[in-house]
Amino acid sequence: MLPETKGPAVHIEKLTKRFGDFTAVADLNLDVQPGEIFGFLGPNGAGKSTTIRVLCGLMAPTSGRAVVGGFDVSLHPEEVKRRIGYMSQKFSLYDDLTVKENIQFFAGVYGVSAEKFPARLEFVLKMAELEDKQDSLTSLLSGGWKQRLALGCAILHEPPILFLDEPTSGVDPIARRNFWELIYQLSASGHTIFVTTHYMDEAEYCHRIALMYGGRMIALGSPLELKRSLGVGHLLNLESSDLLESLTQLYGGDNILDVAVFGGGLHIKVDDAERAIAWIRQTLSQAGIEISVLEPITPSMEDVFVSLIEHEEKAAA
Amino acid sequence: MSFRRLRAIAHKEVLHVIRDPRSLASAIAIPLIMLLIFGYALSLDVDRIPTIVYNQDLRPESAELVRDFTGSRYFQVIEGVSSYRPISQAMDSRRALLGVVIPADFSSNILSGSSPAQVQLLFDGSDSNTAAIARGYAEGIVALYAARLRSQAQDMHAGRVPPVGVSAEARVWYNPDMVSRNFIVPGLIAVIMMIITGNLSSLTIAREWENGTMEQLLSTPVRPSELALGKLAAYFLVGLIDMAICMFVGVFLFDVPFKGSLLFLTISSLVFLFGSLCTGVWVSATFRTQLMAYQMGTLISFLPGFLLSGFIYSISSMPRVIQAIALFVPARYFINISKGVFLKGIGPEILWPDFLLLCGYGTLIFFFTVRKLREKVA
Repeated sequence: MLPETKGPAVHIEKLTKRFGDFTAVADLNLDVQPGEIFGFLGPNGAGKSTTIRVLCGLMAPTSGRAVVGGFDVSLHPEEVKRRIGYMSQKFSLYDDLTVKENIQFFAGVYGVSAEKFPARLEFVLKMAELEDKQDSLTSLLSGGWKQRLALGCAILHEPPILFLDEPTSGVDPIARRNFWELIYQLSASGHTIFVTTHYMDEAEYCHRIALMYGGRMIALGSPLELKRSLGVGHLLNLESSDLLESLTQLYGGDNILDVAVFGGGLHIKVDDAERAIAWIRQTLSQAGIEISVLEPITPSMEDVFVSLIEHEEKAAA
Repeated sequence: MSFRRLRAIAHKEVLHVIRDPRSLASAIAIPLIMLLIFGYALSLDVDRIPTIVYNQDLRPESAELVRDFTGSRYFQVIEGVSSYRPISQAMDSRRALLGVVIPADFSSNILSGSSPAQVQLLFDGSDSNTAAIARGYAEGIVALYAARLRSQAQDMHAGRVPPVGVSAEARVWYNPDMVSRNFIVPGLIAVIMMIITGNLSSLTIAREWENGTMEQLLSTPVRPSELALGKLAAYFLVGLIDMAICMFVGVFLFDVPFKGSLLFLTISSLVFLFGSLCTGVWVSATFRTQLMAYQMGTLISFLPGFLLSGFIYSISSMPRVIQAIALFVPARYFINISKGVFLKGIGPEILWPDFLLLCGYGTLIFFFTVRKLREKVA
């Protein structure tokens, strides 16, 4: 691994990227510390991938500054590229090459020395559990294996910083779980990991999360901090005999801040849980709706996500 | 520039070619097919022209004229008929290209000398090139026959007076038998190398964009010049194999004479290959989809390669504007070299301007290619 540079692994200052009239990323400021697993969350088109592309030197920013591994991306792209591993949304290894040939190729372009190569090959094959498949064509591997091989190829040169752009899209849950185990191991061994996702459960695995919306960062913090920001004890879960009618009855009601359908029930955001529960029981029984569950719950990441974005949309309207 | 990275890219690129049956086929099979088709079928030579004779006269004098046609290697008398109808039928079905009609008064006119004896020659003008050549040969035979008659007549009336006239002794240099294959094959080597390598390399960068692997590559420390050179190296191999195939088939199967220096031709081929491969990579970097790149690659390599290179059509007889455009077709310089080395046995002492122009083109297009690739990174 290259010697650690002092300061944050990633430092972003007033970063803006425009495509014509469209602003993909607006005035982003962010620091990511070494060894952190940093999650970038947000709907499609929020500017997550664009930010990662700028940080990897694939795109020049319109204005602002990005420093990765101690080097400015615009001024020293070569130095940055030696210190990063990048895994794009789309599977981007060569399908017509075997597992081993892909590893050989990326070892070559990353400049892994011939002495180090056997050890790195063994490490990647073991990590991706592909020891007995090294001579199979990559096109024949299943999604989970491809994902792990892509990760393996991205860390052949032992980069201190890893950028993963939706690394687990289109992979089954067990493969996803295994993949995150790998990310934890890498983080534990000192790698900084910058990952985008739109799986809420994956967001929970991150040390810190930034929520992107419309090119802006609208929230930043640990998963716990973000949930707390929503207010503990201010979220109720309701299951009733008539879900949609309940929604209509409760929407805009006294003390009710927000109502959203959530799986088989409703999540209701309130100011005062006790008063609200009493009011809801009364209102729904008058409407002839039977309540099976009504209780305060801890908000999930999805609650945080939905609530923050709705807040943004209301502000925009 | 890192040799390690360069080697990794070249190795990967060779694997792509080997693993893809289509590119392997177009690299090896298409040159062979083109060589065979052009070598055997594209013959600009005209001989054994199928001929039909309608002899209304049927006396010794006319029979002698028919014998002259039969005896010529340029004509093959396939049928003697007794009306016009079979002639037009044979021409319609392209069985015959020439009809010779000898009128009934042919012999009597010759013997009496009262009026000139006439022969009608009918050509199939739908193939005007062949018709024009056939006409030349046929008129030649008739003229020879007339000259012979005249001298016989003079022998009889006034004793021996030698026939007076000027005869042109034509000798064709460098390709004495005027076998069109001899000038087609050396040119074809250039055309094949240009088309195959241009097409193969035009796909290479576009394919990386389409598969998303380009983005991965750009996130690595690979430099544009390394990417371009690494890819070129792989297709260089393909080009060399193609050249070897062309030379081998040309010299051993088609018996094209090879008079000059193999070394000079090989070095020129390498320079030419470099330029046409770079053109392909440039096209590929400019048009991001494989389909667009392939079409543009074909357009840029095929048309000028065939039409503006002097491969078949002589550049000096083209309109000025086209001649000016043809100055920018590198294939023409390579074809000059190839024909010169093959047929004339000349070398760099005469061909150096062509060689230098090839070098210049290669350098220029390499520069543009690397710049294009760098543009895409930013």
